Amino acid sequence: MTPLFDGLAAFCRGRDSRQFSIEEATRDYLSRIEREDPELGAFLSTNSNAVNRARQLDNRMARNPAPSPFYGYPVAIKDNLHVAGLPTTCASRMLANFRPLENATVVERLLQSGAIVLGKTNMDEFAMGSSTENSAMGVTRNPWDLRRVPGGSSGGSAVAVAADLAPMALGSDTGGSIRQPAAFCGVLGLKPTYGRISRYGLVAFSSSLDQIGPFARRAEDALQMMLLLSGPDGRDMTVASRDPAEMERDFRADVRGKVIGLPEEFFGDGLDPDVRASLDRAREVLSGEGAVFRPIRLPSAQYGINVYYLIATSEAASNLSRYDGVRYGYRSLKSKNIRDMYTHTRQEGFGPEVKRRILLGTFALSAGYQDQYYRKAQQVQSLIREEFDRAFHEVDMIFAPTTPTPPFLFGEKVSDPLAMYLSDIYTISANLAGLPALSAPSWPTPSGLPVGVQLIGPAWSEGRLLRSAAILEEAVGIRRPSVGTTRGGEAA
Amino acid sequence: MSTDFEMVVGLEVHSQLLTRTKLFCRCENRFGALPNTLVCPVCLGHPGVLPVLNREAVRLGIRLGLALGCTVHAHSVFDRKHYFYPDLPKGYQISQYTHPLLTGGVLTVRSGEGLREIRLHRIHMEEDAGKNLHAGIRDASHVDLNRAGVPLLEIVSEPDIRTPEEAVDYLKKLRQILRAVGVSDGNMEEGSFRCDANISLRPNGTSAFGTKVEIKNMNSFRFVQKALVYEYERQASLLQRGERVVSETRLFDSSTGKTSTMRSKEEALDYRYFPEPDLPPLVIDSRWVQEERDRLPELPQERVRKLSEEMGIREPDAEVLLLEEDFFRYFEEARQELSALARAGSWPEAQGTSRLVSFLLSEVLREWNRKGVPVLSGELRPGEIAYLVAQVVEERLSLNQAKEVYALCVEELRSPKTVIREKNLSQESGEEKLGEWIGEVLAENPAEVQSYREGKDRVFGFLVGQVMKKSAGKAHPQKANRLLKDALGR
Amino acid sequence: MQLTREQVTHVARLASLSLTPEEEVHFAGELSHILDYVESLNRLKLPPPGLNVGDGEQGPTPLRDDTPRPSTPVDLALTNAPDHSGQFFRVPRILEEGR
Ligand SMILES: [Mg+2]
Ligand SMILES: [Zn+2]
Repeated sequence: MTPLFDGLAAFCRGRDSRQFSIEEATRDYLSRIEREDPELGAFLSTNSNAVNRARQLDNRMARNPAPSPFYGYPVAIKDNLHVAGLPTTCASRMLANFRPLENATVVERLLQSGAIVLGKTNMDEFAMGSSTENSAMGVTRNPWDLRRVPGGSSGGSAVAVAADLAPMALGSDTGGSIRQPAAFCGVLGLKPTYGRISRYGLVAFSSSLDQIGPFARRAEDALQMMLLLSGPDGRDMTVASRDPAEMERDFRADVRGKVIGLPEEFFGDGLDPDVRASLDRAREVLSGEGAVFRPIRLPSAQYGINVYYLIATSEAASNLSRYDGVRYGYRSLKSKNIRDMYTHTRQEGFGPEVKRRILLGTFALSAGYQDQYYRKAQQVQSLIREEFDRAFHEVDMIFAPTTPTPPFLFGEKVSDPLAMYLSDIYTISANLAGLPALSAPSWPTPSGLPVGVQLIGPAWSEGRLLRSAAILEEAVGIRRPSVGTTRGGEAA
Repeated sequence: MSTDFEMVVGLEVHSQLLTRTKLFCRCENRFGALPNTLVCPVCLGHPGVLPVLNREAVRLGIRLGLALGCTVHAHSVFDRKHYFYPDLPKGYQISQYTHPLLTGGVLTVRSGEGLREIRLHRIHMEEDAGKNLHAGIRDASHVDLNRAGVPLLEIVSEPDIRTPEEAVDYLKKLRQILRAVGVSDGNMEEGSFRCDANISLRPNGTSAFGTKVEIKNMNSFRFVQKALVYEYERQASLLQRGERVVSETRLFDSSTGKTSTMRSKEEALDYRYFPEPDLPPLVIDSRWVQEERDRLPELPQERVRKLSEEMGIREPDAEVLLLEEDFFRYFEEARQELSALARAGSWPEAQGTSRLVSFLLSEVLREWNRKGVPVLSGELRPGEIAYLVAQVVEERLSLNQAKEVYALCVEELRSPKTVIREKNLSQESGEEKLGEWIGEVLAENPAEVQSYREGKDRVFGFLVGQVMKKSAGKAHPQKANRLLKDALGR
Repeated sequence: MQLTREQVTHVARLASLSLTPEEEVHFAGELSHILDYVESLNRLKLPPPGLNVGDGEQGPTPLRDDTPRPSTPVDLALTNAPDHSGQFFRVPRILEEGR
């Protein structure tokens, strides 16, 4: 059964012509969640107030026209973003009972425009992972093949959109956590330029790399969401004072004559042949529209994983120091003095991947090792930035795979952290360089598994990237998994 | 104190800033509120919050830097300093480490009869921690986070201080400047001005540094003095016995006057500093710095110089007058009243000023120190002090009488005029009356008169004393002196 | 880089994490493996480390006004706390004085 509407524009038409009420649209999604989510596990909590709010919005609309395209629009929110009234657990035992006192800036902006939060979505604990298998709250399944992971860490948000449990969702991307699950689930996911969107109310993993971004089926919808969420809020000093409207202008501009770089390093041996074949087809589409492809070199990008796992873990170890059982969160009862309380609380409250990263990050920052690890990583990070800078003097954007392989099976990489880390090899460098990047659906593999095309642009070029994504969207078509079967398949 | 070793001291002062809000959130920066009523998600360190830097805190930092002659850096960086403690909500303190706001600068302190320049190493911005409470709680501690996130400037001197007295003067002068430029109220009781000391010893005449020990928890000037003296003796006796000083952090216990080990160097914390990714580098416009420079008030040193040049007040006295702004204002008001009295009585104003200064620095300041309260909550209005001093200048009262009157005023909460009237105090300088008293004393003490005339000078004091006694303290001392000498014929 | 169990214990103490003996062994192996991997950074020729302090191109840092806002009511501030006593957060006895 298809949802009541497909895309933001269709929602607005249906809403404004009274084809359906906001309450009906909301109930439609809530009943889909109720029906499908027990199998998929995308949601950690749902908003019991959603229908009430929908009714209020309907009432207000009886007197005044809807003031925003998002008025009454249902959305799903990753469980590391604060929604007042709902728990924020970060899929961790540590925060199982945490209730935020205020909304994240992005949530506040959605609510101000009239959007309705359906619920909070599953993720890897504290956004650390690439398969959502690190959630302390249970597994999320890929709707294209229930034996496979949805990717991560924003697995729940990707699945919610892919399985039509929400028309759009928010996620966060530190090393690929929006783009990789978007690719694995066959939806569009965008990581904005660092400093485009306020991070206030996003539970920090790695502050210098984290960005919030949308999951959508359509590039146009993602653009609208970006216009709503972008710009300074006075609560995050790392947000740049850029005019979000530039994205709209760029989105309307033609791809004809645009130069697209093909980085050799992203098309090496590790790339799955089915993924490569799908990407070749996508490339032809963009060429057909008049884009010019040119090979480029990004030699330091191969060190991205190394740099990432030093910088992200260092910042994570620091950011996670606040979980001490004093002011909120889990507290171990096994303790008579304060030091014991700290160590047992953290031992019992954090899962293994979180502990692994805290240890690695603490080591990388510790006396005697900081120069060798953390600072060295910073230097290589500057090198990666410079290479991208140089590349963008020659090309308007970069075309690459999002992931080396299609979605993998549950348990396939859990026992080998390094193998898991390598699934982010293509997405990490955009975070390290602070650049906008998206994953758009390409043609599925012959066995019906989703494939993502990654587009990386210079800072503030989200509009341009979304334009190209829109072109691919038209060529590939909107594809939906047939939810409820264990074997994936195409359904146009 | 042993004299074989020289003391080498550097001081670290944490001063809270007089901002309305905290450093990174908009909670009020206020002392004495009910527990945990000045907190928000940011200063509670909730998940997902971010710091936003307070402009006023930066402005006050710039002002202090300019007042102390520091370099104000156009670029500075905030870092995270990590340690776990319940009063530190995030598990790290936001501070400045590799690139502080201010470096260099000097503070001139009084050293014996001279002056010495103490160089400043650096001054950086950071946030304060909350407070843990243990007293009267069984098997638990309590945490109040009202103070968490209050802006601080940490002022680090070079190890240029050589005596406990210099250390205390450094702190007094620093506090005076902090107040003068409106950076801090410098209130030690409320913890808005806190000091740690690094101290090492070296044999006199050598230049290499010895092993240094850090002393914490000295919350008054007197304790700083005591702790340094104690620590000097402790280290000196170790060194004299040929033992080594251990590098460590020690706590001063004000009840015993001793320091004791808090943690050894081996236990020293690994703070894992790294640049705070939630705050961009602090870039300051040079025009802003210039604006603050233009708006800086006259600094204490400049005022000391002026007081000395314009009123002939000795520099060390002027320094004391200026240590507390309230005290100085009191002096100024009294001086103006006194100047009116000088015009009325046609005597030189300068004579009154110098009498006033010495009266304030002895009697009034002693009273103030005894009570430990600002002099303004004392009982005499500036006009009353001026009146009392004028009585002395006009020789209506002796200095001793004036002191007595002051003490009675303070004790009985009465005005000098009333006290003088009721006690029937006045000074007798009429030669006739003085001669009468002297005649009686000479008649009553023939033996002493005899021995004085035989050359025993010491007896003169005794005779003067007798005259004063006979006059019930009213005799004008200098005149009585002169007349007594005349009468004795020597 | 081969991490010893002792190093892992030290790092765990810095991070206020208690580890079981099995975890210590396990993490020692796993972290060594990851460190070996990231070690390849040392093969890179790097430009001399410069001051990574903003390039000043962005101009002065915008700062916020010193205007108070109402704080969180104390009951809300304490609402997430695992334990509190009156208006205080309550924790097991702190043994050390100072820091
Ligand atoms: Mg400090
Ligand atoms: Zn606050």
